[in-house]
Amino acid sequence: MARKLPHKDVVVIGLGWTGAIIANELCDEGLDVVALERGPWRDTATDFNLGYAPDELRYNSRQELMLRPAQTAVTARNNADQTALPMRQYGSFHPGNGVGGAGVHWAGITWRFSPYDFRLRSHYTERYGAQAIPDDMTIQDWGLSYEEMEPYYDRFEYLAGVSGKAGNLNGQIQDGGNPFEGQRKREYPNPPMMQTFGPTLFAETAAKMGYKPFPIPSSLLSRTYTNPLGVTMGQCTFCGFCTNYGCANYSKASAQTTVLPVLMRKPNFELRTLCEVLKVNLDPSGKRATGVTYVDSSGDEFEQPADLVVLCAFMLDNVRLMLLSGVGTPYDVRTGKGTLGRNFCYQMANQVVGFFDPKRYNFNNFIGGGATGMAIDELNNDNFDHGPLGFLGGGSTRCAPIGAEPISKRPTPPGSPTWGSGWKRAMRDSYLSNLSVGCEASSYANRGNFLDLDPTYTDRLGRPLLRITFDFPDNDVRMSAYVTGKVAEIVRAMGAQQIVENPRTRPWSVVPYQSTHVVGGTAMGMDPSTSVVNPYLQSWDVPNLFTVGANVFPQNSGFNPTGTVGALAFRAADAIRTRYLKSPGPLVHA
Amino acid sequence: MSKTSAADRLDVLGTSRRRFLASTAMGLVVLATSGVKARVLFGTGLPWDSGATDPPRQVLPGPWQFFTPREGEVVEAIVERLIPADELSVSGKDAGCAVFIDRQLAGHYGTSDRLYMKGPFQPGLPTQGDQTDLTPAKKYRLGLKALDAHCRTAMDGKGFTDLSPEQKDSLLAAMEKDEVAFDGPVGSGSFFSLVLQNTMEGFFADPIYGGNRDMVSWKMIGFPGTRYDYRDFVLKHNQKYPLPPVSIGGRSDWARKG
Repeated sequence: MARKLPHKDVVVIGLGWTGAIIANELCDEGLDVVALERGPWRDTATDFNLGYAPDELRYNSRQELMLRPAQTAVTARNNADQTALPMRQYGSFHPGNGVGGAGVHWAGITWRFSPYDFRLRSHYTERYGAQAIPDDMTIQDWGLSYEEMEPYYDRFEYLAGVSGKAGNLNGQIQDGGNPFEGQRKREYPNPPMMQTFGPTLFAETAAKMGYKPFPIPSSLLSRTYTNPLGVTMGQCTFCGFCTNYGCANYSKASAQTTVLPVLMRKPNFELRTLCEVLKVNLDPSGKRATGVTYVDSSGDEFEQPADLVVLCAFMLDNVRLMLLSGVGTPYDVRTGKGTLGRNFCYQMANQVVGFFDPKRYNFNNFIGGGATGMAIDELNNDNFDHGPLGFLGGGSTRCAPIGAEPISKRPTPPGSPTWGSGWKRAMRDSYLSNLSVGCEASSYANRGNFLDLDPTYTDRLGRPLLRITFDFPDNDVRMSAYVTGKVAEIVRAMGAQQIVENPRTRPWSVVPYQSTHVVGGTAMGMDPSTSVVNPYLQSWDVPNLFTVGANVFPQNSGFNPTGTVGALAFRAADAIRTRYLKSPGPLVHA
Repeated sequence: MSKTSAADRLDVLGTSRRRFLASTAMGLVVLATSGVKARVLFGTGLPWDSGATDPPRQVLPGPWQFFTPREGEVVEAIVERLIPADELSVSGKDAGCAVFIDRQLAGHYGTSDRLYMKGPFQPGLPTQGDQTDLTPAKKYRLGLKALDAHCRTAMDGKGFTDLSPEQKDSLLAAMEKDEVAFDGPVGSGSFFSLVLQNTMEGFFADPIYGGNRDMVSWKMIGFPGTRYDYRDFVLKHNQKYPLPPVSIGGRSDWARKG
């Protein structure tokens, strides 16, 4: 029997990037906010300690900071005819756990989506005609415009201290920036990162071929910076233990380094760690959330009543909690009806590896970070004419050595031995002279891809696991082959002796890491028949329930998602502060 | 849940044992009265716990913690062929890879405590990953037993350690291709790939874990280890990095002499 606790104004589920932003904003509004975090407290000095943070075995191979499958796993299958089986260890993606969430171990690449991304179906229909969108491709508009997003992108970028170069300032294209980006009102808060040899060679070569290279917008900071909340971060040292690690230098933006030092001091904020929410409680009408029920690490159950519930967990858990709570109508793959779990998408992570002459090339790839590098955007989204190509979408292309920890990052040319003295020689020769260029590409919604609850497998608390039914659609596979071929042309021109092209191909496998950019399942939009939340991220069914995370993306763009997730968090907080609290109820009438 | 101790339950939730001890010692505000406590934090600033850091423990040489003496000899013989001594480095055995694997198998990696190990266990597709109920520790126990049995019947009654280097290499190469019939649930190919993966982990991990003795692999390839600050070298393009590697434990020449 759950013990009933005193009422709070707001309960926030999950204290990662979005939970921290939402909680801080709502505390500023004077509300009593409690955050429930299923994992432990984590801070830089203790958990990303300089003395032992650079430890590949512990943090990368054994995933110390990530969600442990023994706590919560997911099941997966490629289509509805297969039996889903549990991901017994996380491979393809790495959900976070604990305070800071996946924002602790992210890479730090911080994009704005292309302006037309927010009205993708309309855009493609206008440019290529409705027949260019395959029948089974369920891409849709977001229900808001880039112009509406711009102020919130700006707020997130200044919170995180993003280091970059504007490509479009108030409509004026800027040399050295991304000429395809939407208009921004002002420069990035910090100048771009320094560049190592590999990205420099990539940019010089790409420029000669007619591309317009620019520095990757980085939430690893190019200099010491104090953000608008008064929190100061340090300069990135290019330590090379970045993606999959916590940052010991206070130079990778995360909840810890940007919000928590302020939020944790607020008298109207309370955090409970090691407390996992079981479900959102609804009143008998099913139209109003009354709070949440959670279990702490002793196994004791509590009911936390609240006026407002905000789901800010990892995106898979946001979808799962809505399914477990009976909020909304689950998607039915046979009929195409229902919205909850629909439009689950991923990211097409394509890559080309170049092997260069070790006598002439020394890239020192161990010098780097998750977001240090150079990019081009000509191959992204609809920045090129898809008319003659027979597919839609594309990806951001970048050369960004994130480090070269040698358990995981020591490729050898094809045909090399995998062990013995021959392997040692091949590895020694290629370790400093290989260079990868990636193309992180769009993933478009498909009728057959969705999330629901698994009928067989349960977590440690006996609740059904989330079930992923997903495979790469034909469109995305064709797109990946095309962009990877274009990237290979650049790597060849850079002078690589040998090239390995790795375009993403079917079937999707849970085993190799690809990216943690899983999105969708509670799509946002203006039409309740195809979306779960409105453009303010408010549930259509339960107006005092909001959810903030990549789960609200209707499909994925050819960019990393965190910049857009952070902007949406600020936008949802603003809507709650300036609209919802004045008149609690639906902010959009369907 | 198979585990009942408080520290084990907390491990699944992602917290460190040191943190658990520090939290309970400080008597933080708690919600319930029994067992492991969730923490409630409010208006306190950042709840930094003195002494709660959780550094890795240095693996020390010494008796096997997981392997039997016989198993240990066989694993040493395997890692000596996967990473042979040559002009580039000492062997995997001399680098400590077998000790590394032994200590890993004795810890949470070996027991799969942090993984999803609930049934039903049913065969899956390759795209669904490992679906067996076998932990790495069990896979080693069964794989080494099957290798031993194979050698006794197919190699004139010899054990793996009795084979010549050439015989060992050709047997390992056949295992890599999954061409050796192993008795039991662990196939020769999957056993080989597990041992190869763990050997490479040991060879390239921080020396604190028992392999990569004196940073031998890092010196071989030019990885500077845990230096953590390259700002003054970022713009020195296409040049050899001049400093020797450093590990979490420092470097042997930092040790006090005499």
